[in-house]
Amino acid sequence: MAGREMLLTRQGWADALIELGEKDPKVVVLDADLAKSTLTSLFKEKFPKRFFDIGIAEQNMINTAGGLSLTGLIPFVSTYGVFVSGRAWEQIRTSICYGELNVKFGGAHGGVSVGPDGATHQALEEITIMRVLPKMTVIVPSDYYETKKAVLAAAKINGPVYIRFGREKVPVVTKADSLFEVGKANIMKEGKDVTIVACGAMVAEALDAAEILEKEGISAEIINLHTIKPIDKNCLIDSVKKTGCVVTAEEHQMAGGMGSAVFELLAQNYAVPGEMVGVNDTFGESGQPRELMVKYGLTSKEICEKSKKVIIRKK
Amino acid sequence: MKYPIQLTPKERLLKAVQMRKDIVEMVHAANSGHPGGSLSSVEVLVHMFYEVLKIDTDNPKWEDRDYFIFCKCHITPAIYSILSRVGFFDPATLNTFRKMGSELQGHPSRFYPKGIEMSGGSLGQNISITQGVALGLKAQGKANRVYGLSSEGDLQEGCSWEALMSAAHYRLDNLTLFVDYNKLQIDGNVEDVMGVAPLDEKFKAFNWHTIVVNDGHDFDEIIAAVKQAETLTGRPKVIILNTVKGKGISFMENNAGWHGKAPSDEELKIALDELNKKEQEILTMQ
Repeated sequence: MAGREMLLTRQGWADALIELGEKDPKVVVLDADLAKSTLTSLFKEKFPKRFFDIGIAEQNMINTAGGLSLTGLIPFVSTYGVFVSGRAWEQIRTSICYGELNVKFGGAHGGVSVGPDGATHQALEEITIMRVLPKMTVIVPSDYYETKKAVLAAAKINGPVYIRFGREKVPVVTKADSLFEVGKANIMKEGKDVTIVACGAMVAEALDAAEILEKEGISAEIINLHTIKPIDKNCLIDSVKKTGCVVTAEEHQMAGGMGSAVFELLAQNYAVPGEMVGVNDTFGESGQPRELMVKYGLTSKEICEKSKKVIIRKK
Repeated sequence: MKYPIQLTPKERLLKAVQMRKDIVEMVHAANSGHPGGSLSSVEVLVHMFYEVLKIDTDNPKWEDRDYFIFCKCHITPAIYSILSRVGFFDPATLNTFRKMGSELQGHPSRFYPKGIEMSGGSLGQNISITQGVALGLKAQGKANRVYGLSSEGDLQEGCSWEALMSAAHYRLDNLTLFVDYNKLQIDGNVEDVMGVAPLDEKFKAFNWHTIVVNDGHDFDEIIAAVKQAETLTGRPKVIILNTVKGKGISFMENNAGWHGKAPSDEELKIALDELNKKEQEILTMQ
C-alpha cells in the first residue's frame, strides 16, 4: 500500500483532451470559468479556436454543447461536478439525454476530498442523478491512467457520457497499459470470502483493505467498478456467487450511488448479504482531504469493518 | 421539394388560414394541446418556411440547409402543420397528434417527424441550443443561417439570458431569433405574472441588433423585418413580433384560457366557420 505514485485525475482529463484534440478537429472543449482548475486551460493553449469559455453559466454551457454537437462537433464540457450535474440537470436530461446528443461531461471535484472549499464544492450526488438518466453512460475512474482512458473511450461512444474525477492527487492503482473497457469491471485482486466493489479513489482504499484482511486470514476479491452505467452484470454476479457477500465503497452519498446500483442488480439476480461504505446522508465540510476521508468513514478501516460484518451475515 | 419559393400575397394569406384550420382540428382531435400560442406564430412560420429558409423536404438533413429551431415547443400544432404543409410529411397524419404511437408527440422529439431539428418543450432550453448551433456553424466556417422561434415565456427562464449573453459575446451574426410576443401566459397577462417588458431595451442592452414588428400578423411587416435582419452584421439579431394570442379565432383571441385547452365540437365548428369565411374573403380579393 505504501509507495504508490500519486497523480491528479484531472490531469488525466486534460491530457486525454489534448490527445483527442490532436487526432480529431471536431473535438471541442467548453468550460465555465474554471479552466485553470479543471486543467482544460491546457487544451485552450493548444487549440484556442476549439475552446469556448461560457462564463459562469452552466445551463447555457450544456445547451451550447448540445447545439455544437448538432453541427457535428464533439463537445467535452468541463466544470465542477456539483455545477455540471446539479445546476444544469434538466438541460442534461431534456436537451442532451432525451435528444441523444453527443456531449461528454467531465465533473471535477467529486467527493469530500475536495477539502478546504467545503460542502458547496464537494459533489456527492452526481452518480445518483446522472445514472438515473436514460442514454447516459457514467464512469468513475480510479486514478490518472484510468481517467485518461475513460476520456479517450468516451470519445468513441456516440451519446452522452459523464466522467467523475477528483481534485487531489490519488494513488495510481492501474497501469498505463492495463485494459480498460467501458462497461467492463476490472478484478484488481481475486478472493473467495468477500467481494469488495469500489470506484474512484475508494479503489485504492479497497486494495489497502484487502491487504489488511489478508493478514487476518480473510480473502477479499476487489472489483474496480469504474463504469457505473452500464453496469457489468456478469462480473458482479459471478463474483458474489463465489464469495457469497459484498461490500461497496464509494466517495459519494450511499443513497442512489454506485452501491445502490450494485444492490439493484444483485437483489434482482443473486441476492447476497451486503454492506455499504459511503457518505451517509450528510454534506461535507472544510478540512484537509485526508482528515475528511477519515471523518466521513471513507477509508480502508471502514471497508475492513464492513467486510467482517458482512461475512458473519453469510451464515 | 426545395425551398425557398416565392408566394403571392394571396397565397400567404391562404396558407395562414390552412395552418389555423390544422391547429384547431389537431387540438380538437387530441382533446389537448396548445392552440393560443400556435395561432399567434402562424404568419412568421408561413413566410420563413416557404419564402426564406433554404431547405429540402426530401433531404431534411441537407448539410447546406438553414436551421430553424423551435424554442416555444408547446406550439406543436403549428410546428407539425407547417412542416407537413411544406412537404416534410403527409398532412393526413396530423390527426394522430398526441396519440399513443404517433410521431407527433405533444412536445417534439428530435428524431421525428422529419424537419424537426431539436427536441424541446422545457422553456428556456432551446434559445441556448439555437445559439450553440450558430456557434458550431460559425466555428467551422459554415454559411448556414440559424433561426429560432421563442416566446416571452422562454424569456422568463434564466438560461435564456445566459444564452443571449453568449450569443452576443461570440458575435453570432448568423443567428436571428424571433420572439412571438403575445403578452399572455397560462396564469394570465405576462406583465401581471412576471413582467418581461421592455423586451426591446433588454435585447439592446444584451448587445443584440433589435427589430420590433408592430403587427406580427402583417406579412409585409414580417418580410421587411427579415430583410432588414439580413443586412445586419457583427451581432446576433432579434425580431420581436407583437402578436395576438389565439389570432384568427374570435373567441380565442387575447384569452389566456386558450393557452392549453381544446375546443369542444361546437367551438370547433364556430372556429372552422370563421376560417372558411376568411378563406372565401381571400379568394374573392382582387
